[in-house]
Amino acid sequence: MNMATTDSSMVRFGRFLRDNPVIPLLAFLVLMIAVLEVIRPGIVTPFRAGRDGLISTFWVGNLIKFAIPLAMLAACQVLTMLTAGIDLSAGIVATVAAFVCATLSSIWGPVPAVLIAMSMGLVVGVVNGIGVGVVRVHPLIMTLGTGLIATGCMQVYQRLVINAGSEIPAVLSWLGTGRTLSMPNGLFLFVPFALFVFWLMRFTGFGRLLFALGSNENAAKLSGVRAWQVYVALYALSGLIAALAGLLYLGMIRQTSLSLASPLLLPSVAAAVIGGTSIFGGRGSFAGAIVGALIIRVLDTMLTLMQMPEGARTMLFGLIILTVTAIYVRITGSR
Amino acid sequence: MSDIIKKNAWVAGLVALLFVLLVLTKAIQPSFGMSGLESVARAALPFAFATAGMAVVVIVGGIDLSVASMMAVCAVTAAVLMERMAGVPAILIVLGLGFVMGLINGGLIVLTRVPDIVVTLAMLFVWEGVALLILESPGGATTEWLKQSIRGSVIPFVPNALAIIALCVAVVWIPLRRSKLGISIYATGSDELAAFRSGVAVGRTKIVAYGVCGMFCAFGGLSLASLTGIGEPVPGPYLMASVAAVVLGGVVLGGGRGGLLGPIIAVLILRIVRTILTLLAVDPNVTTIIEGTIMVGVVMLGTAATLRGARK
Repeated sequence: MNMATTDSSMVRFGRFLRDNPVIPLLAFLVLMIAVLEVIRPGIVTPFRAGRDGLISTFWVGNLIKFAIPLAMLAACQVLTMLTAGIDLSAGIVATVAAFVCATLSSIWGPVPAVLIAMSMGLVVGVVNGIGVGVVRVHPLIMTLGTGLIATGCMQVYQRLVINAGSEIPAVLSWLGTGRTLSMPNGLFLFVPFALFVFWLMRFTGFGRLLFALGSNENAAKLSGVRAWQVYVALYALSGLIAALAGLLYLGMIRQTSLSLASPLLLPSVAAAVIGGTSIFGGRGSFAGAIVGALIIRVLDTMLTLMQMPEGARTMLFGLIILTVTAIYVRITGSR
Repeated sequence: MSDIIKKNAWVAGLVALLFVLLVLTKAIQPSFGMSGLESVARAALPFAFATAGMAVVVIVGGIDLSVASMMAVCAVTAAVLMERMAGVPAILIVLGLGFVMGLINGGLIVLTRVPDIVVTLAMLFVWEGVALLILESPGGATTEWLKQSIRGSVIPFVPNALAIIALCVAVVWIPLRRSKLGISIYATGSDELAAFRSGVAVGRTKIVAYGVCGMFCAFGGLSLASLTGIGEPVPGPYLMASVAAVVLGGVVLGGGRGGLLGPIIAVLILRIVRTILTLLAVDPNVTTIIEGTIMVGVVMLGTAATLRGARK
């Protein structure tokens, strides 16, 4: 009690923020949107540009639409980071799933194509899980390596199906590009998905095992947790999520390419980190990662509007990730 | 005593593996001789320097995800400078630039207290952007003598490229390893808190280690520029390869153990494997798969061996 009274208000504020990382993040998001509005008056609030409406639902819809795949990939990072891991194969898994789905749906129809695409994610995930959980390879190396192998497999596969043409299943286009009440249809997939992740992290034994393994692996093992089973399940889940994100992204972009979702990988790590997930494990929230994904998208729009050359954009992007994380670490006093 | 044998056993095993692979190459392609060895060594140049840099930061207990981007910055700077000035001052400027970039990475890690993996991930973007700002599309030029220096062999049976790797790494690493700073690097890597309590300036040690990494990346960038003759602003595939070679070379992720000799031999092994696959007329894409599988398999075996050793 004495401790609490001698704490400075700054420390107490920091502790409050550490327990509720979403609040400062939301404040930062609003700040970023305000800055965006200053840079280009009327983009968020059409009435200032002489059009109707207080807030542009089109703009908000677009923001959410492009943040969804990023947030889904960030879910892979959040879940794996809870156990002090990371999934660097997520971007490639998403690309592989999208490519396989697009090429197979013209041959076998959309349903088998989607199922096979998802099973690709599962396979890569299980291999990651075995490597991390059973053989105990560092997750960073393991997922980088499987990513490399998956890229090679995709290139070989591409030469086999080079004549098959590609087709985007109608469901995916509807999810990716359609709008309901000017909000993107992707939300029909994302809202249940996000609820599932919340439920998984907060209310299931599996979620508690992830936090336990990340906080103190030895203690968790001594308490009878079969760590390898958790890791295999975790990375398999991460692979599935990445494949799902890839399918959604395919519907959004409506083009196949061998590097479709790869540029999303590093932003997804950034979104998870900005969202207050500790790369050392044991602490993280998916809500934070969602806000992180939104922040990254607003930042992206801002840099495009300022007509930054490609180099300056990439550079600023990196600097801002670093600054946000540094400020966050400073305020909360934790890593 | 047994520790010394164990340490050297790993490197000796790698040398034996390298030798076996060379014999295998010769068996597959009887005409494989000096010129073949030379091209392997030449192709290994940027990989070797990226790996050397990565090894230093892994030994100090960190990791640098921005090696490939720093190499790109150094390569384009070298190409732009050599269009306008003589080779030697340009090389010195590029080496200084690499060192400063590394110091910036290390300084940010120490000052912000953000995990190194996150800082260098962010710096990966930053350096990539810097490279694009310096040179938007591949261009520039490289001094002729620099391009020539990595070809041929002055010392018999030793390709120049290999000699350059050995020389650059030895000049930077051996004095460092022998100095107080080298001991600090190993101490910080094996237990940061213990090192701090024993009076090691942990922060400064880390910063310098990242600086050395940056300098090796500058060597890597210079070798990239002299290999291609131009500056390429897009980072190459050096991150994954360098991490794999570092682990294969017996440097433990997490720090404190290993040297630079093992990782560099590991780079040569990985390059020879690629040559063998090419000689066997394997589809280059399949080669990528096999290479990735080998990297992952090696890392898996290495980790399993380390774990068994730890249990004993």
